[in-house]
Amino acid sequence: MSNFSKQELERYSRHIIIPEFGMEGQRKLKEAKVLVIGTGGLGSPLLLYLAAAGVGTLGIVDFDKVDDSNLQRQVLFGVGDVGRPKVEAAADRLRALNPYITINTYNTQFHSSNALELLKDYDLVADGTDNFPTRYLVNDAAVIQGKTNVYASIFRFDGQVTVFNYKYADGTFGPQYRDLYPTPPPPGLVPSCAEGGVLGVLPGIIGSLQASEVIKVITGVGEPLVGRLYLFDALSFESRTLKFKKDPNTPKIEKLIDYEQFCGIEKPAATEAKKDNTVKEITVTELKALKDQGADFQLIDVREEYEYEIANLANLGAELIPLATVPANAERIAKGKQVIIHCRSGARSANAVRLLETQFGYDNLYNLKGGILAYADEVDTSLAKY
Amino acid sequence: MAKIIIPTPLRKFTDNQSSFQATSGNVGEALNELTTTYPGVKGHLFDDNGQVRQFIKVFVGEDDIKDLDNNATAVESGTVISIVPAIAGGC
Repeated sequence: MSNFSKQELERYSRHIIIPEFGMEGQRKLKEAKVLVIGTGGLGSPLLLYLAAAGVGTLGIVDFDKVDDSNLQRQVLFGVGDVGRPKVEAAADRLRALNPYITINTYNTQFHSSNALELLKDYDLVADGTDNFPTRYLVNDAAVIQGKTNVYASIFRFDGQVTVFNYKYADGTFGPQYRDLYPTPPPPGLVPSCAEGGVLGVLPGIIGSLQASEVIKVITGVGEPLVGRLYLFDALSFESRTLKFKKDPNTPKIEKLIDYEQFCGIEKPAATEAKKDNTVKEITVTELKALKDQGADFQLIDVREEYEYEIANLANLGAELIPLATVPANAERIAKGKQVIIHCRSGARSANAVRLLETQFGYDNLYNLKGGILAYADEVDTSLAKY
Repeated sequence: MAKIIIPTPLRKFTDNQSSFQATSGNVGEALNELTTTYPGVKGHLFDDNGQVRQFIKVFVGEDDIKDLDNNATAVESGTVISIVPAIAGGC
């Protein structure tokens, strides 16, 4: 049984004096091992509160580096951390916050090939990832190993929180992610934070609720959010708690699968194999050379107006036609000369090229490889990246 | 009049309206009323067989319609129907 030092007793005294919590609750926290997947918007408050509260062992999984665009919401990080691996920057901050806990870092992508190995030494997983394939992977790994998965997700102004696969004292389990959502939406339907944006404080609210549920599950204090989906709408300040049950039609999960494939995301190799799906491309340096040569070309930007306001290629003559309005504005796009289409990173513009080629008969269109982000990296570093 | 709460990802198809008042007597009819008024919602809410897509849940009050009477679940004046799609953001 864990004992506490004088410093720890003083540190955790505001927990210990809560009658329902007490020394027993604090001891359970100290003995707990929690794996947190993702150190982004949700992972930031989640890790800060779990570390501050005295969860004895925290594992942190992330493969990303800290970027300027993270600082609007990822309060674990400061300006000096930009460019550092997130797990390293997070571990430094958490160790400074609480030196009495153990932090294990995994600077890697949580993947089918390592998920079971990473999770096996932990009691519980908290999912703060940002994509459907990893959501299903975290769920399935937790189900296979019989571990509770404390879940939260966000989109713009909306947040969801629940506790999946809760392990009851009698060895039975509460409903899991696949009972709630058997299959993911098709790729591209629900935009990511990078594409759709997110109110910076929202992950602070939702990640804090997630931390609260982690602490409740560990200590057994209160009623964990099992079979109940909590919804928060920051715009209307309305919240709802909806009930869901185990679904007898949910297939038994026995092994991990290819989650990219499950979510309908094609691998680069598969995309290359589909020759009819490829589009002509031009690099950012080639675009710059065309401009310098005074070549006659048309440049179309298919991003949204609010993205155009952050950074644009107006100095190259870019015309803004957001992707959804491309069909209605096709007559503005030239057929008699080279037309270069760009977006943020090159995905939406490739879709625009395909659409114009298949539905409007264009054969003079080139996708700007890497989009305006590549242009900002390689040609004009004064452009803001987002 | 049942109130349907429109989730954020579908609001671009409902002129940005966050709710819709339906006069129908059950969930299926109320959802059809919604998609008749806002046809853009239809393809996102229903699959080719007219069933609600698997990444979207529909609740009447606090309860999943799967645990009630599915589309035939009766709605009354003041009933709140929630359309809740899966979201995955965490960044």
